[in-house]
Amino acid sequence: MPNVLTIQNLSVSFQENIVVKNVSLEIAERKVTALLGPSGCGKTTVLRSVNRLHELSGRAKVEGRVALRGEDLYALDAILVRCKIGMVFQRPNPFPTMSIYDNVLAGYLLNGLKLSRSQKDSLVEESLRAAALWDEVKDNLRRRGAFLSGGQQQRLCIARALALRPEILLLDEPTSALDPKAAASIEELMVQLKDSVTIMLVTHNIAQASRVSDFTAFMYLGELVEFGASEKMFSTPRDKRTEEYLTGKFG
Amino acid sequence: MLDTWRRRLLDKMFCGIICGLAFLSVLPLVLILGYLLGRGAASLNWQFFCRAPQPLGEAGGGIANALVGSLLLLGVAFVLAAPLGLLVGIYLSENKTSRLADWTRLAVEILQGVPSIVVGMVIYIWLVLPFKNFSTLAGGAALALLMLPIIVRSAEETLRLIPSELSEAALALGVPHYRTVWRVIVPTGLSGIVTGLLLGLARAAGETAPLLFTAFGNPFLSFNLVKPIESLPHLIFYYATSPYEEWQRLAWGASFVLVVGVLGLNLTAKFLTRRWRAQF
Amino acid sequence: MLPSLSLPAKENIFQQILVKSAFLVAALVLLFFLTLLLKAWTAIGANGLSFFTGVVWNPLTGEYGVLPFLTGTLLTSVLALGLALPCALSIAIFLGEFFRSGWSASLLRLAVELLAGLPSVVYGFWALFVLVPLVRQVELWLGVLPLGVGVLVAALVLAIMIVPYAASLSAEVIKLVPSDIREAAYSLGATRFEVLRYVILPYVRSGILAGVLLAFGRGLGETMAVTMVIGNANKIPASLFDTGNTMASLIANELTEALDLWQVSSLAQVGLLLFGVSALVNLAGRYVIKKFSVEL
Repeated sequence: MPNVLTIQNLSVSFQENIVVKNVSLEIAERKVTALLGPSGCGKTTVLRSVNRLHELSGRAKVEGRVALRGEDLYALDAILVRCKIGMVFQRPNPFPTMSIYDNVLAGYLLNGLKLSRSQKDSLVEESLRAAALWDEVKDNLRRRGAFLSGGQQQRLCIARALALRPEILLLDEPTSALDPKAAASIEELMVQLKDSVTIMLVTHNIAQASRVSDFTAFMYLGELVEFGASEKMFSTPRDKRTEEYLTGKFG
Repeated sequence: MLDTWRRRLLDKMFCGIICGLAFLSVLPLVLILGYLLGRGAASLNWQFFCRAPQPLGEAGGGIANALVGSLLLLGVAFVLAAPLGLLVGIYLSENKTSRLADWTRLAVEILQGVPSIVVGMVIYIWLVLPFKNFSTLAGGAALALLMLPIIVRSAEETLRLIPSELSEAALALGVPHYRTVWRVIVPTGLSGIVTGLLLGLARAAGETAPLLFTAFGNPFLSFNLVKPIESLPHLIFYYATSPYEEWQRLAWGASFVLVVGVLGLNLTAKFLTRRWRAQF
Repeated sequence: MLPSLSLPAKENIFQQILVKSAFLVAALVLLFFLTLLLKAWTAIGANGLSFFTGVVWNPLTGEYGVLPFLTGTLLTSVLALGLALPCALSIAIFLGEFFRSGWSASLLRLAVELLAGLPSVVYGFWALFVLVPLVRQVELWLGVLPLGVGVLVAALVLAIMIVPYAASLSAEVIKLVPSDIREAAYSLGATRFEVLRYVILPYVRSGILAGVLLAFGRGLGETMAVTMVIGNANKIPASLFDTGNTMASLIANELTEALDLWQVSSLAQVGLLLFGVSALVNLAGRYVIKKFSVEL
């Protein structure tokens, strides 16, 4: 099974605080890999260092290697990296000043990339279909996204990330701000999406990780405790801390 | 506790005093607006807008020179203050703790509290004395200094309230930072920014003191940026304190026009903040 | 596909522009202060201490004492504040506690906003034609010299102008009082007056102080409305009905007609004093607000 992304000995610190300690992961192509752990364990930081978003704060120090198909991401331009690796956030955040149509194309519009009308139309339809939102919004493409429900807005954000045809899609607790029904639809979507894109999912929801992921990495206090096939980890965890977390003893 | 009757009475009296004083203090507004409607609106006609003031004794003068002058002054002030104010507002909203941001914020606060007459005096020293010439540009610069803090603060406060997730979303799409600012953050905060611009214009439009030694005033219609120019507030000041009834009539009319303009700008700004706010 | 090569450069330029704009504004204000100081330097040396102690301002004899104008400015501002404070507090209590919504509150709020927006020259004009004759009647009735114009009218018009500033800030502050404190007091059987007097007002004291300081600062620097009604007499006013002058209107009256450089420099010295005092009052007000919002 080919690995698309390799993380080797990744450590991230903010000033004095070491948030991620020496984490190594192999992310398999077209699978869902879940990063699981209690809040504050560094899972989101790992995710954000994959598309180099933590660089924005300017104080994060990153050591180790993150490579996409063997290519060191930290040797590339951050902007190129972010085009290849899409990200969806905790709270749905469509751009409030743009129509649904423009929101899907935001990665192109904001980067100043020119597309022909027909390219745009087909890209919008394709991305919205991939995000299972097309049927619900196809008559309102020119309206602003504010009237959409939270789950719809989140799927719009997924469509926006997919439109750039990323190799990897990073999902940072994408259902934590949604109601259970909307969360279920997003989970269903993740399972559909893995046919076409590699997914890294950060979650603290054990049930969600077990439902959608193929591989799970359990993190605790900045360290990678256990990493392996989800089925195996959820039935027979090797580490005691994993077992305690899965059985609800902490976190 | 026992004396509830007295306590109730005290409460009622207090409530009455509060309501009475509250409405008493806005009574001047009613009186002023009434005066402006009665005296000012009556002197409006097409000549009033199209002609400059006539020599004493001749009827039918207007305030065209002051209208044109005020628009030119505001135009100059806007061109000077709006881009700078917006850029500084962006800088301050992005750099909450840097030392330069602290100093700039302090400077903006000080500038906001400077009496407008002192602003006029400093611009007089900077732009009038060296050239020995009053000018529209000097007047516009003085008004720009008065607008600047309003624009900076409203831009900073609006942009700071925009959730960081929104700019992260753009950055995660590979959009460079400067494009994120121009294409995502500024459009999202546009209503607040426009509100600041309108409030700044409203403040500048009503100011007289800084124009006394910069734009100076001019009884003739002028479009020249390097010559003295009339403005509505200065015309009102000059004619209101004159002993001639015809000139006072012009001043009432000009006051009406100025108040309609300034209050219009203010109300548009309020309306914008309430209705046209992007939702996140 | 991506125009990535030129990006870092553009990014850099953008950051540079932002930093330079911020620097420009900070430098501008510093330069502003230095300009006044430099212009006033001659006068500071020539006038010496008599600037602060002298009661005569006479460019012909070269006497430049700021005391009449300092008195005028402080007298009108303090009087105006005294008149404005009860009104501003009433508005604040009305909007912040009694009627937070409803037509009467909307109407009052609109009126306050409009009052704050009226140009000062219009206030002055109105005062000249309405308040001055009114005060003249009062003066006739009291048997003092019926000038009409003078300190009293100036303070009255200033009071009307600064009410909205103190009121809107105080109303905001009163609204910030946590409702559980308020409800706790009501649940003990207190009347509205008692809740305000013993719970809310003590809670928001520093916020109201900030409003008072900002309104005071505004009063200190006001020029046009005062110039038009105070009578512009360069002396210490003998009574409330007497004429006087303020620092701001002195500058407005004399700067363009100054006889010599010494006078211009002395006026700059007055400007510097006015700048310093209002900057201090304003910064104090903002400091109090910041401290208040941190405490909350």
